Amino acid sequence: MRVTLLYFAVLRERRGTSTEVVELPAGTTAATAFDHLFPGLGLPVAYAVNQEMVPGSTPLADGDELAFLPPLGGG
Amino acid sequence: MIALVAGPLDVRAVEDAVRDDAFGAILTFTGVARNSFGGRPVRALHYEAWAGVAEREMRKVADDVAARWPKVRVAIAHRVGPVAIGEAAVVIAVGAPHRGDAYAASRHAIDTLKANVPIWKKELYEDGEEWIANRP
Repeated sequence: MRVTLLYFAVLRERRGTSTEVVELPAGTTAATAFDHLFPGLGLPVAYAVNQEMVPGSTPLADGDELAFLPPLGGG
Repeated sequence: MIALVAGPLDVRAVEDAVRDDAFGAILTFTGVARNSFGGRPVRALHYEAWAGVAEREMRKVADDVAARWPKVRVAIAHRVGPVAIGEAAVVIAVGAPHRGDAYAASRHAIDTLKANVPIWKKELYEDGEEWIANRP
């Protein structure tokens, strides 16, 4: 399945882009997608699928947009 | 008013957005770019936001305040991009009939914004830079 990934802040810098489309195996969850892309990073991230916050255990579907949110720093 | 702004914030404009003849209190919280973090000199900040979603979450902050304090009105403006030391990074204006609700709503609004709105802050030092997370 094809999933659009969004990166912000430290993740955007590490990946060198703010968005990319990747091919992931069926059954991939938000958290396993993160571990696949950022192995061993050990950063506590939050996940948003199609702009709604979801737990990391959420399974992805073809065409989803998955955003990885590193710890927030607004204010 | 809910706004992400790529330039200096107009504090008076944010206050004017909550002005009402029924309000006896207008309370403004200004979060300012500080010149140090944990004793380390900071020369500037840089904010990044998830455009669209950040505004939606800021709107939720205002809606949450309105649900808890129905007589209160809130306006929020937050910077994106580079912010110089001493400049306002965020302005939250609260208008209320009386000061008690204004103080409570203001505190709630900034705490909720820091926890929920997808905005990130990078501190720039003389010898490097670092993304800084809000403390819970």
